[in-house]
Amino acid sequence: MPIAQLAGNDPSEEKSKTFVFHDEGHTLGNVLRCVISSYNDVEFCGYTVPHPAESKMHFRIQMYEGRAIDALKRGLTDLVKMCDHTIEKFNEELISFKTENQLNTEN
Amino acid sequence: MASINDDKPRVILNEFKTTQNIPSVLDQTFHIKTFKKNLRVVIVRLDNLELEFDLIGIHPFIANTFRRLMLSDVPSMAIEKVHIYNNTSIIQDEVLAHRLGLIPLKADPRLFNFKVADSGENDQDNLEFELKIKCTRIKDENKDSSRIDDIYKNHSVYSKHIKWIPNGNQAETFKEEDVGPVHDDILIAKLRPGHELDLKLIAVKSIGRDHAKFSPVATAFYRLLPDIKLTREVEGEAAERLQKCFSPGVIGLRHLKDGRTVAVVNNSRYDSTSRNVYRYDDLKDAVIMTKIQDHFIFSVESVGSMAPDVIFTEAVKMLKEKCMSLLDELEQS
Repeated sequence: MPIAQLAGNDPSEEKSKTFVFHDEGHTLGNVLRCVISSYNDVEFCGYTVPHPAESKMHFRIQMYEGRAIDALKRGLTDLVKMCDHTIEKFNEELISFKTENQLNTEN
Repeated sequence: MASINDDKPRVILNEFKTTQNIPSVLDQTFHIKTFKKNLRVVIVRLDNLELEFDLIGIHPFIANTFRRLMLSDVPSMAIEKVHIYNNTSIIQDEVLAHRLGLIPLKADPRLFNFKVADSGENDQDNLEFELKIKCTRIKDENKDSSRIDDIYKNHSVYSKHIKWIPNGNQAETFKEEDVGPVHDDILIAKLRPGHELDLKLIAVKSIGRDHAKFSPVATAFYRLLPDIKLTREVEGEAAERLQKCFSPGVIGLRHLKDGRTVAVVNNSRYDSTSRNVYRYDDLKDAVIMTKIQDHFIFSVESVGSMAPDVIFTEAVKMLKEKCMSLLDELEQS
């Protein structure tokens, strides 16, 4: 299971944090980085996979204001909503495509 | 250039460089509301193995994540362990085992669990197969024939020779044709009289990141929608030359009433976006080649165990589950 963990952070510093994701890589890293770095209160957001043989991903968030962990939570929630919406739209289209094509074959 | 100044974000392919008509979509902030407003899905082609669909209005990083998920995070079943009781063929044990591993299986991975170490005998996480075959010489019949089929029996081992052995109550839940190899004509080995194979094969569920044989897709890729516009009339020989600069079907020739033949854009969707047209100085200025930056054409080619549309929805669900479990952990800490 992937674990979100904090590495070498100053515990009193809530604005800037590096999270370590186990068993994650570019797949989640890039999409999450792009979503979070587009938020207005985020100063910097970046990720790195420090070594290709280690399945770890470091994820850095620096905020203008607010807590870094809140931005991360917001990013993940947005991704969940994004997935839900994509599946919904895709299934709608799939159903209409299938019914349409059955009509075409009958004609 | 007036014709390309619509509101679509485009990459313009010039002779030596690419430019954009409006600031990149990458710079736009991601907002779930605008995402929901902009997203459009259009399915273009769907059959048992192939799916082509358009995702319109999404960011490239989302498209890329979906692609990566389909390739390496959606699980499938493949032969992972091969117990070799006898192998007197000329193909070495390890090469044979590797070949067997690459055979696509029909078993639906959603009905199985991931194998955990020391789970022991478990009918939920593995499938067992058997491959027992022996090559013999066919006696007397067709003595003069030199056809290999007339001389030897079982000289070629195909995937159809793999037999499923149900474990536990698998026999009640599955049928042989639901779990076996997708194709029954995959050549595994060649034998000669006296050669024999006696193998037990164990298939497990895993993901493409572990080994490419577990990838449920042969390919899954996306490209941007090409859009080609003609800025002036091209006629006669030049029109035919223009037609040859693009993929078949992209440029058509229209015969006008006054006897002239002019080039028209029929369908730029399937253009390979090569820049051949820039080789001709007289055609350069007649064409504007662009790609729509937020229009992704996805092609998903299933290996056979799951329908391609299922693979895509599974990939999206995978991302959702990842995010949900991470959110859970953040809440707990």
